[in-house]
Amino acid sequence: MTDTIRLTPPLSDEDTAGLKAGDRVLISGVLYTARDSAHKRLIELLDSGKELPFDIKGQLIYYVGPTPPKPGQVIGSAGPTTSGRMDIFAPRLFDLGLKGTIGKGQRSPEVIDSLEKNNAVYLAAVGGAAALIAKSIKKAEVIAYEDLGPEAIRRLEVEDFPAIVVNDAHGGDLFKAGVEKYRKKAS
Amino acid sequence: MRTVKAEEITDKVRTLCLDAATKLGDDVKCALEGALKTEESPLGKDVLSQIVENYKIAEAGDQPMCQDTGLAIFFVELGSDVYIEGGTVEDAVNEGVRRGYEDGYLRKSVCDPITRKNTGDNTPAIIHLSTVPGDKVKIMIAAKGGGSENMSGIAMLKPAQGIPGLKDFVLKTIRESGGNPCPPIVVGIGIGGDFEKSAILSKKALFRPVGSVSEDAELAALEAELLEEVNALGVGPMGFGGTTTAIGVHIEKHPCHIASFPVAVNIQCHADRHKEVTF
Repeated sequence: MTDTIRLTPPLSDEDTAGLKAGDRVLISGVLYTARDSAHKRLIELLDSGKELPFDIKGQLIYYVGPTPPKPGQVIGSAGPTTSGRMDIFAPRLFDLGLKGTIGKGQRSPEVIDSLEKNNAVYLAAVGGAAALIAKSIKKAEVIAYEDLGPEAIRRLEVEDFPAIVVNDAHGGDLFKAGVEKYRKKAS
Repeated sequence: MRTVKAEEITDKVRTLCLDAATKLGDDVKCALEGALKTEESPLGKDVLSQIVENYKIAEAGDQPMCQDTGLAIFFVELGSDVYIEGGTVEDAVNEGVRRGYEDGYLRKSVCDPITRKNTGDNTPAIIHLSTVPGDKVKIMIAAKGGGSENMSGIAMLKPAQGIPGLKDFVLKTIRESGGNPCPPIVVGIGIGGDFEKSAILSKKALFRPVGSVSEDAELAALEAELLEEVNALGVGPMGFGGTTTAIGVHIEKHPCHIASFPVAVNIQCHADRHKEVTF
């Protein structure tokens, strides 16, 4: 068991290079949210030569579509969504300096190659632990695409947001290693 | 003939939606807490303890346990001696969903499949209606997240493939989904019928309490074998590797055509939100 590593975006090449698959991390500072529809719009902006609504250099994108906040809440429940649906968009964003994404489930070989190429990482949060994770979110503000509702892009301020490194920048893959270790027979 | 007002169905459905989102059933809690004791992977244990802590926070704070508060899926059993006054069952259920998802600050996760425009009120629900003897109405709801539903599969197998072919298909479906459906999962399997009947049976199987055993001795044995084989895959909690990939395998069957062997696998995440009411 490794010690918990603290991360504060924006991340440097040194920060991401030091992470290994299986490391537990606690993130404090800013995270940006985006899921299916927001990614589609971000890529359309890039295709038409326009600027993104936030500077993604060194940042982390959290794949989440929260529930609406109740009166007095910063945000509703906010656990990770399945990352694989964003696989077709992610390499383009890593090429522009995005340092990592947070979601659940496995990534495509293209994304994993892009992580190595760009010295970036893929982190997982515990899917379904949405009420627990929401406690680490101290501030939430919609910064783009309000019409998308839960899919709008939000700027979150988090404290000790818990995640696990799944794919590091050196080819390490927690899913492959973990399943291999606990698999009981060839099937 | 007993008269039930459509408004009463709407009220019951609203309450079912609210309870499903925030309060995990005792069957699922018991299975997850049991898994926390037996899981061999330290990271898997860590994930399970976060899952247990999460549903406690959700229940105490009357907050959705998962941000994906799901597509609302219903099985409604209508007594043949019941007359519904003031509208159709379908409209009454959809109105209950509309109110529950709005009043509970639940996420509206339903959209047009082509334009992807959100319908704004989490309707329409998926409603399976059947008639039964008697003068009662039974409404069962599952608030089903998209991540696990997306990992489901159906196969029109050849009868000669038999149980080994069925097992291969089920295990392949689960192995390839890895961490995507938020394991530990519950596996619903529908065997037989036709193309859509097998899928509906696999969904219906998920409405059984986790830990329940099929009344059919042969299916009960197959459930036990498959649960062991699924857990031997090593996928583990959230796919990080471990000995708890599933907390239940439920199987339902129906006679089928002599040429056919349909098998459907419906995957349910650990936030297994199912509730029911009879009145």
